[in-house]
Amino acid sequence: MGAIIQYVQSYLSSDKTPGAAGNMFWALVYIMLVFGGLSVAVIAMNWLERKILAHMQVRLGPMRVGPHGLLQPIADAIKLLLKEDIMPAEADGFVFWMAPLIVVLAAFTVFVVVPFGTTHAITDMNIGILFMLGVSSLSVLGIVMAGWASNSHYPLMGALRSSAQMVSYEVAMGLAVVSAILMTSLNATGTGTLSMIGIVQAQQAQHEWFIFKFFPLGLIAFFIFAVAMVAETNRAPFDLAEAESELTAGFHTEYSGFRWSLFFLAEYSAMIAVSSIAVTLWLGGWLRPFPNMLNGNPWDQIFSFVPGVTFLFFAAICFYNTVRMPKHPLFRIQTIGLAGFGAVLGLIGVILFVPAVSTRIQDIFWFSAKVAGFMYLYIWYRGTFPRYRFDQLMQMGWKVLLPLGLGVLILTASVALLQQKLWHP
Amino acid sequence: MAPVATPFFFYLLAGIMLIGGILVITRKNPVHSALALIVTLLSQASIYLMLYAPFVAGVQIILYAGGIMVLFLFVIMLVSIERSMKERQLNSQWVAGIIAATALGGLFIAVYMKGTSILPDHALSVVEDNNTQEVAKLLYGQYMFAFEIASLLLLVAIIGAVVMAKKRI
Repeated sequence: MGAIIQYVQSYLSSDKTPGAAGNMFWALVYIMLVFGGLSVAVIAMNWLERKILAHMQVRLGPMRVGPHGLLQPIADAIKLLLKEDIMPAEADGFVFWMAPLIVVLAAFTVFVVVPFGTTHAITDMNIGILFMLGVSSLSVLGIVMAGWASNSHYPLMGALRSSAQMVSYEVAMGLAVVSAILMTSLNATGTGTLSMIGIVQAQQAQHEWFIFKFFPLGLIAFFIFAVAMVAETNRAPFDLAEAESELTAGFHTEYSGFRWSLFFLAEYSAMIAVSSIAVTLWLGGWLRPFPNMLNGNPWDQIFSFVPGVTFLFFAAICFYNTVRMPKHPLFRIQTIGLAGFGAVLGLIGVILFVPAVSTRIQDIFWFSAKVAGFMYLYIWYRGTFPRYRFDQLMQMGWKVLLPLGLGVLILTASVALLQQKLWHP
Repeated sequence: MAPVATPFFFYLLAGIMLIGGILVITRKNPVHSALALIVTLLSQASIYLMLYAPFVAGVQIILYAGGIMVLFLFVIMLVSIERSMKERQLNSQWVAGIIAATALGGLFIAVYMKGTSILPDHALSVVEDNNTQEVAKLLYGQYMFAFEIASLLLLVAIIGAVVMAKKRI
């Protein structure tokens, strides 16, 4: 017993990720935390997407299940679990069964290397970013398998579109990533890194987020990635794989119930995964905004209050809406529920003000806040952009983004070389 | 991190790889064969990881499992499965088969007999932490010329494919 406690405690003094320190117990704890957090994020994203889209279209969105439809995702999940599971008679059983599993596995496995903080990652790999790109590119296999195994025309068309699109945009995406990795090598030793934590630390050491590096080169590379990542995740305006007016639902037309919900889960966690790549490579990962301009003790203090204030703000919104709830007795339970939700958020906010908590949680907060920004962008795109035609999509990928990516890569390398030769001989 | 249960994982991965390889040639449905090939390639990537070559493993996953096999599947799915299912599974070419099998078997036996003199007697001390950087130094330093020649070859192949596919450019 004592040995076990010692093993568990031995990690606490380490400044490495549990995977790198080789501590099995904490690695398992982190895996469970990441998995749980991700599932909650997907549920929240489901509600937010419906709500934000509705407000963009001057509708109310879900309002019936729980106050302001807050319990709608849970109701949806129960509905999906209870639905009949249908497999087409002519489908290829094994492949049909495997496809959603592969998609979900690929979407969740990438989170092994996502750095939520200096030590807040499951593990740190020497090939971090390569691992993320590689494993997330496996999800296209699942999509192709799903489309083919359904043995039906629309799914096959959707799968072919999706794989063509993902393979095309992976090229532009890779070039953008390379130009960011190139920037990590601009230090005294001249060696870069592929490790996700190393990339953020390089931005810290260079006192600059890579999006602002060699303006506008970093910005252009970021833009290429931001476009390609929407195409990679098959989201609007590049959602040709599931264009409902042409292909009913694309590759998952024949899937129902739980299997379909696995595709849903995978899509949203893949969105979070690519957003975390973008945040890590260009937006400074877990670093707070303005670490150099506004440094020193008072500013550190002020920024450490931000997580708590954010949650208190959410709580205030809840209370404001509690007051605005209809006074009819039928709404009493909903009013109490909303007030309770606000109280929980407020309690979290108050806990985040404790210095011991806020210093540990700050990294995770800033990382999640940046990713949340990207999630909002995804919803915003869906609400505003019309869908591309397939030839326009291919033209965009191969004739615009790819040359742009190559140009940015060459320019970045030249500027970096010039900088090292001229200013630091 | 120190390696854990190395022989167990090696035999596990090698077993999966062999099963995958056998499935590739015995499945009648070409899509199933391609999927079995993906399993083989992925377990090969894991074996690279066990050999402290994470960069090679990552490239293996991206290029073979994620890129090339998707294109394979892409093409296979456009081919009529019904017709290929009726075709003969194994193409028996006894002479060529026996020659190839003897040559490979001879190579294995030779390596096994002379093993100690050919192979280094202890594992090379490769540092896992900067494997990628070491690979980069070799590729862009010592083997620069060969690397560039290989990329030129690929470029020629790409241009050739475009010329063959498109009559008018």
